[in-house]
Amino acid sequence: MIIQGRALVVGNDVDTDAIIPARYLVTTDPAELGRHCLEGLDPGFPERIRPGDILVAGENFGCGSSREHAVLALKGAGIKCVVAKSFARIFFRNATNLGFPLVECPGLGDVNEGDRLSVDLGKGLMRDLTSGRVFEAIPLPDFILGILDAGGLIPWAKRRGHGA
Amino acid sequence: MGKTFAEKVLARKAGLSEAVPGQIVEVTPDLGMSHDNTAAIRRIFAKLGLDRVKEPERFVVILDHVVPAAQVQYAENHKDIREFVREQGIRFYDVGRGICHQVVVEEGLARPGDLILGADSHTTTYGALGAFSAGIGRSEMAALWATSKLWLKVPSTIRIELYGRLPELITAKDVILYLIGKLGADGALYRSVEFAGPLVEGMSISERLVLSNMAAEMGAKNGYIAPDEVTFEYLKGRVEGDYEPIYPDPDANYEEVLRFDLSDLSPQVACPHTVDNVVPIEEVAGKRVDQVLLGTCTGGRLADLRLALEVMGGRPVAEGVRMLVLPASREVYVKAAEEGLLKKFAEAGALVLNPGCGPCLGAHQGVLAPGEVCLSTSNRNFKGRMGSPEAEIYLASPAVAGATAVTGEICDPRSLS
Repeated sequence: MIIQGRALVVGNDVDTDAIIPARYLVTTDPAELGRHCLEGLDPGFPERIRPGDILVAGENFGCGSSREHAVLALKGAGIKCVVAKSFARIFFRNATNLGFPLVECPGLGDVNEGDRLSVDLGKGLMRDLTSGRVFEAIPLPDFILGILDAGGLIPWAKRRGHGA
Repeated sequence: MGKTFAEKVLARKAGLSEAVPGQIVEVTPDLGMSHDNTAAIRRIFAKLGLDRVKEPERFVVILDHVVPAAQVQYAENHKDIREFVREQGIRFYDVGRGICHQVVVEEGLARPGDLILGADSHTTTYGALGAFSAGIGRSEMAALWATSKLWLKVPSTIRIELYGRLPELITAKDVILYLIGKLGADGALYRSVEFAGPLVEGMSISERLVLSNMAAEMGAKNGYIAPDEVTFEYLKGRVEGDYEPIYPDPDANYEEVLRFDLSDLSPQVACPHTVDNVVPIEEVAGKRVDQVLLGTCTGGRLADLRLALEVMGGRPVAEGVRMLVLPASREVYVKAAEEGLLKKFAEAGALVLNPGCGPCLGAHQGVLAPGEVCLSTSNRNFKGRMGSPEAEIYLASPAVAGATAVTGEICDPRSLS
């Protein structure tokens, strides 16, 4: 699976309160949450996002509260995937279980906002088409790829025969 | 080679003879916990098209996040949850019983050797009793309701050994803030943490719970403390039936063993806007505050209330400061009332609120305006966490909270005694 998009760059330790502040948790509508995506980082951030963007982050992206709204907000804003040096563990689980791909590149170097990126989930590669640099990602185990392929944990559980 | 606690407990819960770091195992938890987010979990569960939770006896629901309901939408969620737990036969604690992480412990629902998964990031708390407990997301809880099973990756382990004797007025909160400052917000990312050493062995359950709770703030999956006589004594009369503690092998294979002597520790403060932005109090003393929050799952226990009052020493809350006091549970509230603590807080000019998460997550009961400063005993100080993104949150111990409340500025409690 290959995802292409424009780079949108944030820093280290972006927490889930920054991704979606608690005052918006009253809804679980991705479109509504998406309108406030990353507003906790910068009130003007939602205007910087274009549907189809790839978010590029540093260490520990998604730390803090376990709210799944964080993943829903990113999805709702039209972000296709997140590439980061590392992810907070519950955020990683939530994204996987909601069928939202995360790409962990421990050796991720500088990427400029607006660069064209191409991510190959199967091979575990991220190419910056603008700068020509290629970064290796940690390949995902088959078990996790299976959940992503099903579109998340709930459809995956259904596929395995749970649910009516 | 010996095994860590995480490797042993996950092997047992997955029905395997052994488990190694990196391995994905499917486990059946002894307990699944969720709170106000149960309404959202129910909506996800409905997508599976199932009517019944497979094993309702494995789950508990505790309302604590926005209690009592502050808006119609919260009230609808609570109503929905009450209907759901009744229909499914799930153990339930309604508004006012307390913060989920305190209630689970008080009700004896977390036992040594248990595997507990909770739809809350501070589920790591129960590691203080020798359980493996970790936070999960909502979809995962819905899947657990349906199947009683979930995947977990077996983590590698960092062992943190603490030595020395804490000086007077220095608490577990100072210890964990110091460690988070040293290790960083991702210092234990994806890993299991074992807290050990004589200093930990000398701690009460209240203090140990703070260590395990805030292991989450260094990215840890869980934060284990070996159960001992202190643990067994606390659990007497709370836990029904037998339990089987699990201990790491003496020759376990740790990714890292860190040792700290904390005999000279001073009060620690986490400055805005990250929990690992920690300094000794000397560096921030004198900073004016508008609000002091004494409460939450890392500062609202009986010992915390007593300590804050002891430091306040009969002085009133400073002019222009709002002091909010939230006992962590009804049990704490009743005991604090019996001891006259609530009266003393009220007489000092503090506002005693009902047990619950309160303003910690910025939904109600004391949110901050732009430019305001809050000193809080809670566990997070992220930008916007308690209201306005232009407000500042400083995290510290109940002793520092007491000293700050009566002086109106971030204050070293040792300077008041």
